[in-house]
Amino acid sequence: MNKQEEKRRISCIVCPLSCVGEVSIADGKITGMAGFSCPRGQDYAREEVTAPKRTLTSTVRISGGRLPLLPVVSRQPLPKDKIMACAGCLSTVAVSAPVREGDVIVADILGLGVDVVASRDMTAREEPPGGMMG
Amino acid sequence: MIEQAYDVVVVGGGPAGLAAAVSASDNGALRVLVIERDRELGGILQQCIHNGFGLHRFQQELTGPGYAGRYIRMVGERPNIAVLLDTMVLSVAGDKTILAVNPRDGLLKITAAAVVFAMGCRERTRGAIRIPGSRPAGVFTAGAAQRMVNMEGYLPGKKIVILGSGDIGLIMARRLSLEGCDVKAVLEIMPYSNGLTRNVVQCLEDFGIPLHLSHTVVGVHGKDRVTGITCAKVDDALRPVPGSEFDLECDCLLLSVGLIPENELSGDLGIEMDGLTGGPVVDQLRQTSLPGFFAAGNVVHVHDLVDFVSEEGETAGKYAARHACGLSSSVGRLARIMASDGVRTAVPQVVRLDDVRTAPVRLYMRVARPERRVTLRLLSNSELLLERVLPVAKPGEMVVADIPADKLRAIGDVVTVVLRRQGGEQGE
Repeated sequence: MNKQEEKRRISCIVCPLSCVGEVSIADGKITGMAGFSCPRGQDYAREEVTAPKRTLTSTVRISGGRLPLLPVVSRQPLPKDKIMACAGCLSTVAVSAPVREGDVIVADILGLGVDVVASRDMTAREEPPGGMMG
Repeated sequence: MIEQAYDVVVVGGGPAGLAAAVSASDNGALRVLVIERDRELGGILQQCIHNGFGLHRFQQELTGPGYAGRYIRMVGERPNIAVLLDTMVLSVAGDKTILAVNPRDGLLKITAAAVVFAMGCRERTRGAIRIPGSRPAGVFTAGAAQRMVNMEGYLPGKKIVILGSGDIGLIMARRLSLEGCDVKAVLEIMPYSNGLTRNVVQCLEDFGIPLHLSHTVVGVHGKDRVTGITCAKVDDALRPVPGSEFDLECDCLLLSVGLIPENELSGDLGIEMDGLTGGPVVDQLRQTSLPGFFAAGNVVHVHDLVDFVSEEGETAGKYAARHACGLSSSVGRLARIMASDGVRTAVPQVVRLDDVRTAPVRLYMRVARPERRVTLRLLSNSELLLERVLPVAKPGEMVVADIPADKLRAIGDVVTVVLRRQGGEQGE
């Protein structure tokens, strides 16, 4: 019985150390892993070969804010093949200032169980601009 | 004219400047001022809406605005830190008198006991790399496009070609793809990408965007607006190879071709500069050659991680505060750090030996070319101070190493940093 073993090189993207490791796969199951220097990297590699996920960062329109756009981030990584659909969904969203960092902008985006939240505070335009403080 | 006096004045409200201000405040400076030319604090982090910031500093993955927000709140919590927004510094004199201007106060004359330069860096433009062709609209630096797309609500074009595979270029390839643009290709003149692996994977491979290594732009077409570019393969001397040209149709060319520390103010003061980093020569306290003038962040050398920028800002702010309090840090014997044999730059360039006996000295280095399995060695008086095996070394990623405190006594006037290939051969 010849077990078909495949090796996949995975460039870890969890942190800027950018470890390049190798995952061995046989019969669709992970049989070995080498070259990742932390457990987070191992988790990433496991996920990358089974169900790849990406954090989505984008912007939504905001009215009445000091800037016309509000940056947003998915609170957890989303399935890689749903990223474009989620970006398309965000292009239809508009919110009103003020917004605080962490406020939910789209709850449970496309039913994937992940909230998209504001990644910064956005004060309303009327609020006094920051001049001399302190 | 409004006149004000401060202990520590920080020029620049990005990550280096904010960390310097917080640290100056926490280390005895009574009155601290941050001068920022933009409409808000945070610097370029505010347009870097992607995640991956703060893993070292906050043990979590933050976006650029998220990282900036944490430092902006730290500044806000310290009532002795004042902030001037929308304010441009015009000049800094050797006696630490700063002339600045803004639309609210007009001209301001600010005096300081210590100054921290934290002006960051700017991008190389089309003129800096002399791309031939006509001069239509639609040629932008990647960072300018990033601000347009992420903060102002404009797209720079619909069909995009990106020259340069630095991180900003790669991240813009993804960002514009998410916004519905057709990113045709990323061209890179070197035989390797200058970006982090994570960005090559996440920003190009994920979106099926081709990366053409050893290629450059040899022509820009269009009269009023870019209609396309001609690119060509380059040889080992980076010269275009005749006959290898091909055209790409596009309405926008983004340039991600390198960053230059922004040192007009420091240069005017006659501060000693490092021709390779493009920033001032600093010691491990981030003091420049002019006592009382400190520098931190991308104004010193271009960093790859904001966490290290904050660390450098903290150091500069602390010693600026000590200088302002009369605890001068400009005494002590100096040793030069010399980068050679495959190491291109090392920061700090100078180690001050009387202030450091108890603290290790952290060096930030960049290698000249990609290497595998090399040994980094620090030598002084032919004694080995430090040796570290690097499985991989890339020009785009800083190498960080600490000279242990107990080794500092053995340092002579010069410390040499070299790369050796395994087997004793020079890393070249």
